[in-house]
Amino acid sequence: MSATASHRRLLAGLTALVALLFVASLLTGPAHVGAVDSLAALFRGQDDMLALVMREIRLPRAILGLLVGAALGMTGAVLQGFLRNPLADPGLIGTSASAGLGAVLAIHTGLASAFALGLPLAALAGAAASVALVLLLAGPRGDALALILAGVAISALAGALTSLVLNLSPNPFAANEIVFWMMGSLADRSMLHVWIAAPIMAAGFLLLWPTRRALDALTLGEDTAASSGIALKGLRLRLVGGVAALVGAATAVAGAVGFVGLVVPHLLRPAVGASPSRLVPASALGGAAVVMAADIAVRLLAPGRDLKLGVLTALVGTPFFLHLILRTRRQTL
Amino acid sequence: MVIRWLMAACLVGGLGLPAGADEAPRRVLSMNLCTDQLAMLLAAPGQLVSVSHVARDPRASALADQAMAYPVNHGDAEEIYLARPDLVLADSFAKPGTVQLLRRLGRRVELFDAAQSFDELRRNLIRMGDLLGRQDQARAMVARFDADLAALGRPPANRPRAAMYAANGYSEGPESLAGEIIDAAGFANLAETLGVGGGGTVPLEVLMLAAPDLVITGEPYPGASRSEEILRHPGLTALTARNPSRVMADRDWVCATPQVLRAVAALAAAREAM
Repeated sequence: MSATASHRRLLAGLTALVALLFVASLLTGPAHVGAVDSLAALFRGQDDMLALVMREIRLPRAILGLLVGAALGMTGAVLQGFLRNPLADPGLIGTSASAGLGAVLAIHTGLASAFALGLPLAALAGAAASVALVLLLAGPRGDALALILAGVAISALAGALTSLVLNLSPNPFAANEIVFWMMGSLADRSMLHVWIAAPIMAAGFLLLWPTRRALDALTLGEDTAASSGIALKGLRLRLVGGVAALVGAATAVAGAVGFVGLVVPHLLRPAVGASPSRLVPASALGGAAVVMAADIAVRLLAPGRDLKLGVLTALVGTPFFLHLILRTRRQTL
Repeated sequence: MVIRWLMAACLVGGLGLPAGADEAPRRVLSMNLCTDQLAMLLAAPGQLVSVSHVARDPRASALADQAMAYPVNHGDAEEIYLARPDLVLADSFAKPGTVQLLRRLGRRVELFDAAQSFDELRRNLIRMGDLLGRQDQARAMVARFDADLAALGRPPANRPRAAMYAANGYSEGPESLAGEIIDAAGFANLAETLGVGGGGTVPLEVLMLAAPDLVITGEPYPGASRSEEILRHPGLTALTARNPSRVMADRDWVCATPQVLRAVAALAAAREAM
């Protein structure tokens, strides 16, 4: 079987998994309603409450799980390919924390309520600043130690500033929301959140999608890539913009969900044969599946408690991350 | 010695000094919102020297105007100690470190549990009266509270269902002050049918499908928060577009003082308008 055919089969399998999880997400909720009834209600008229529940609560939650997961999985694959570093992940290099800071600033200065796209755009700005800074600090080769240290520093600063803004807020509920911004959740989101996140994510997707060929060329080294006609400067700009848009929009509506961008590309890399261009779509689908599965799990494990998504992804992701560190160390020794 | 002898003589002779008059605290300081209000309602002129700064917030405090007449504190052990109170009043959820420190420094601190029912409200009023040496005023206030409550009329046999819904989807059941208010106003509390005892979150979809006859939502606070976004969720908006809703004024619901009757009256009026 050719590599292309097996890649197609992988993508088809992942798409089927995502579709299955999407329906499962629609059917998961605290109100006990039969599967047929609730799915039928999705397509009924406005009048009945079950239809409203399906359309205004469950559908946006499932769509956001899909979009946020795809965004995180895709950025993880692109960042790892570009930096040729297996530890690159929007959470670890501080992008999510900076996007969260941008979002919190937009909410607490009133920008988010003055203008609908203010929230994701501010998150995008925060994310863009941090990605640019990390690329500057870690250098073009994305040296592993520099990358992680820069990420730790940026995450710590952005997290502290987020806490500061929330602590200074006159709103008595704000300070408790530090957990949401650190851990992420899809509880009680509405279609409004889908509408503000989706266009920014689409822009990020369109920026990153064409970088796949360049990522393949980069596996042979920067000089080879440059000699084969890849404009590295343009690629860098595209990458900063695309990653910032995807992570910014995801964080603005769902908070910082960690480790998805780290774990998913690693799980799928053996299946795509180390080709970044094939890893990108596979990771997007894989990320969507992981976040939707985690979001179904938080609702089943602790109904009504708003268990944070990031708690689950960190429980799975941290051992994985430690394993990666050990492996990286063994290779450098 | 002489004083003790005189006191004994009085007791034996049944002369009856006003009960506790000679031991009533002279400098009382309150460091939390609910004890602030109980103390302002019952203290003798000049007896209460400071209330918490929250007591002046008209959103949270039913006695915000009265609180303007008192110096405020921010619940810091140092400032409270330096105010030289001979009695410090605090809610039982006050920072335990501060309370312990004040006690170690020799200040008398009395903690009040947040009342979850009208019975506990009455008990807190009586206890505050005892502590301040204002027993008669406290008893009179309880009697007036009972009379005002009775004047609000009896609940109907067929109670409409109401649900309280606040930030983060928080709802309060029958074992809470809010639950008692809803009950006294003649409603059946939806949270009770959903198995919420004191307080807990009710998922929005469960609320929507239960479709209570009245939704009582929390009052938005200044500044923005993600927690309060649920009060503008299209699902909740759709529910309140069909069934009546009321925004509750936190100041009448938060602390168990006779002011809760304003909340009861407002809800009872909403019920009659339905």
